[in-house]
Amino acid sequence: MEIKDIIKEENLVYSKTKLLTDTTLTYCPGCGHGVAHRLLMEVIEEMNIREDTIGISPVGCSVFAYDFMDIDMAQAAHGRAPAVATGIKRCWPDKFVFTYQGDGDLAAIGTAETIHACNRGENFTIIFINNGIYGMTGGQMAPTTLPGMKSSTTPFGRDVSLMGNPIKITELVAQLPGTYFVSRQAVHKPANVRKAKKAIRTAFEVQQQKKGLSFVEIVSNCNSNWKMTPIQSNQWMEENMFPYYPIGDIKIEGKLIKTN
Amino acid sequence: MAKVKGAIIIDKEKCKGCELCVVACPTNVIGMAPDVNGKGYHFAYAINPESCTGCENCAIVCPDGVISVYRVKVTVE
Repeated sequence: MEIKDIIKEENLVYSKTKLLTDTTLTYCPGCGHGVAHRLLMEVIEEMNIREDTIGISPVGCSVFAYDFMDIDMAQAAHGRAPAVATGIKRCWPDKFVFTYQGDGDLAAIGTAETIHACNRGENFTIIFINNGIYGMTGGQMAPTTLPGMKSSTTPFGRDVSLMGNPIKITELVAQLPGTYFVSRQAVHKPANVRKAKKAIRTAFEVQQQKKGLSFVEIVSNCNSNWKMTPIQSNQWMEENMFPYYPIGDIKIEGKLIKTN
Repeated sequence: MAKVKGAIIIDKEKCKGCELCVVACPTNVIGMAPDVNGKGYHFAYAINPESCTGCENCAIVCPDGVISVYRVKVTVE
């Protein structure tokens, strides 16, 4: 069978979802944001909730998420996405609300908003992209930077005695009674992408059942600021990020299943 | 015997040349072109299209969603 016989409308099994606009993503080549955006939009398309979903974009690399996601979006001040989401969700309890935040946004300047939204058990979804660095501003040290990891403000590696330990914000919020589903995933390999999509789908279903806050962390790369190629950065992430940020579900149906 | 055959279409102008699809492909279908696209990136293209099984691995790891996958079942005598 010739290739041109295969390429027909009826044989199409996968293409970019219509919920992503045709705007070219502003992310660097190989960045995990692109896959995370697409998974989120695929889940919304599959659940058929496009008209009922409101997203909150953060400050950081994904600040232009509203240009890429063809749904209703709002833009929050740095770190304040959970506070804005709380307001929107309380006004429209039947809408689906999610925030999309990076580690500098969620785990540094927005720690108070994140922890209190999780503790109150607000009924929305937080998607947290953790690449261990402030990507947009030039690779400065973030709270999630690993010990010994080089960044533009820690050129000799993060010194734990001087700069403290990286924060495991996902384990932290899993301890709070308001969270119902907490999971950590990655999007660097096909198997991980499929698992991450399942986790995002579960997160939105929890919201549909009004059970509490659902929190999905996606461990991602930042090849530009890690000064690596995309493939090298994914390997580095597997070798260094995953031992500290282990992949898997942390809290399911309100019960902690993993403590580390 | 039924066999699965696939084909991919890559939007070369949107490709940023990150090569993640190249390592994700189990049958080594994809390679990087020596030419560059309008943005100056070496884009991915099907270097070995006959081996494609339409498994979608390349398309789901592509950060920019530039790959479309087609798949058919063919009967081989």
